[in-house]
Amino acid sequence: MSTLDFSFYTWANISNYLISGLYFSVSLTIAATIGGIALGTIIALMRLSNIKPLEYVATWYVNVFRSVPLVMVLLWFFLLVPSGFYDLFPGETGQKYRAEICALITFIVFEAAFFSEIVRAGIQSLPRGQMNAGQALGMTYGQNMRYIILPQAIRNMLPVFLTQTIVLFQDTSLVYAIGAYDILKGFEIMGNTFGRRIETYLLAAVVYFAISFTLSMLVKSLNQKIRIVR
Amino acid sequence: MTYWQDVWDRWQFLWEDRGDGVTYFQWMISAWGYTVAVAATSLVIALVFGILIGTLRTISGHRVISAFAAAWVELFRNIPILVQLFIWFFVISELVPGMKSLPGFVLACCALGFFTSARIAEQIRAGIQALPAGQRNAGLAVGFTQFQTYRYVILPQTFRIIIPPLTSEAMNIVKNSSVAFAVSIPELISFAMQTQEETSRGIEVYLAATLLYALTALIVNQVMSFLERRTRIPGLTPQAQGAH
Repeated sequence: MSTLDFSFYTWANISNYLISGLYFSVSLTIAATIGGIALGTIIALMRLSNIKPLEYVATWYVNVFRSVPLVMVLLWFFLLVPSGFYDLFPGETGQKYRAEICALITFIVFEAAFFSEIVRAGIQSLPRGQMNAGQALGMTYGQNMRYIILPQAIRNMLPVFLTQTIVLFQDTSLVYAIGAYDILKGFEIMGNTFGRRIETYLLAAVVYFAISFTLSMLVKSLNQKIRIVR
Repeated sequence: MTYWQDVWDRWQFLWEDRGDGVTYFQWMISAWGYTVAVAATSLVIALVFGILIGTLRTISGHRVISAFAAAWVELFRNIPILVQLFIWFFVISELVPGMKSLPGFVLACCALGFFTSARIAEQIRAGIQALPAGQRNAGLAVGFTQFQTYRYVILPQTFRIIIPPLTSEAMNIVKNSSVAFAVSIPELISFAMQTQEETSRGIEVYLAATLLYALTALIVNQVMSFLERRTRIPGLTPQAQGAH
């Protein structure tokens, strides 16, 4: 049994191997949360609308993405996004960061299915009278959503959104499947370079744990705050 | 006619020998078997530890035990499954004597099982806490010990309540088994990635793998709703409300 040796964690090595990976993991999380909520809200509204074709499309969208593993979806997008798409990015960035760009698109599309279920539950948790009251005041559908339904629904959904964001952050490690350079990849390369896989994977677990645990504590305290306000 | 001929031809790779006397179709079926086996074994591990830890979290009057159970849940819930898998393969198997000789399949099932046990523990806890306090009090009042109260009063009811959330956990475990590709378990994702490289039939291969995942999810769903119908006590648990 070998003894653990963490001496290779110098600032120079950390900034060489880990910082850009951490930056990608965090920005992927934030961008996919924002994009996923935006797209998810549209899908939720489609699912709740009275227009049948829209409802079917949205229901299919959600069911498909919920029954397929994220890794599989990542592989699909890596295969199907045409090479020309990456050329739209300026200079070499598109081809150089293929996997990263593909990961971002996949995460937005995939997480939208999960966020849309949260939004749908949030809207449905409101009493029917809220919608009726808005209509009675002569509001259009858009006004009703904008001023009555969504502000209340979003308040209900906020803790669930944040919990989903923690799940999303952990899921970003799966970009491993298409070789994107995230924090886990950084740790892996570092471990192989220095022949210290045990230490690097341990540290990777510590970093993920520290971030997820801190966020989940924040969500917990936010939950309590919201409860007091009510 | 030529279009359908073309579609037909594109699937013929399935019957090709991949080089060692095994056709891609046979490989796919065995890969599906691995996915199901990893998921099923992990689910057993997850249920055993999840029920144990979830129950321990609700026991009153033992600070150390409930702190241990809480720590268990937080530990396995806050580290991504892929990282936990690597920890089992490259850290635990190196540091713990005797683990090195275990096959990768066992390690992968441990990783996925312990990861999921934290989620199941939370559902067991929520299920127990959802029961009216009178159930526990009634058990203690008729002279049951705490163990007997759990064994005969609380847990039998809890198991019925948590079948809907367990259904989604069972479906999650099938999906999460896909990370096993990273440690070379020959399951569906490994099959899809390697066959895609060897045959360049990416769309067909991925489509087949995706359909098998969807089929597995459907089967799990059906089995669980059968279980739910069988174990329901009329009037005790509310009709499942379109649970996912």
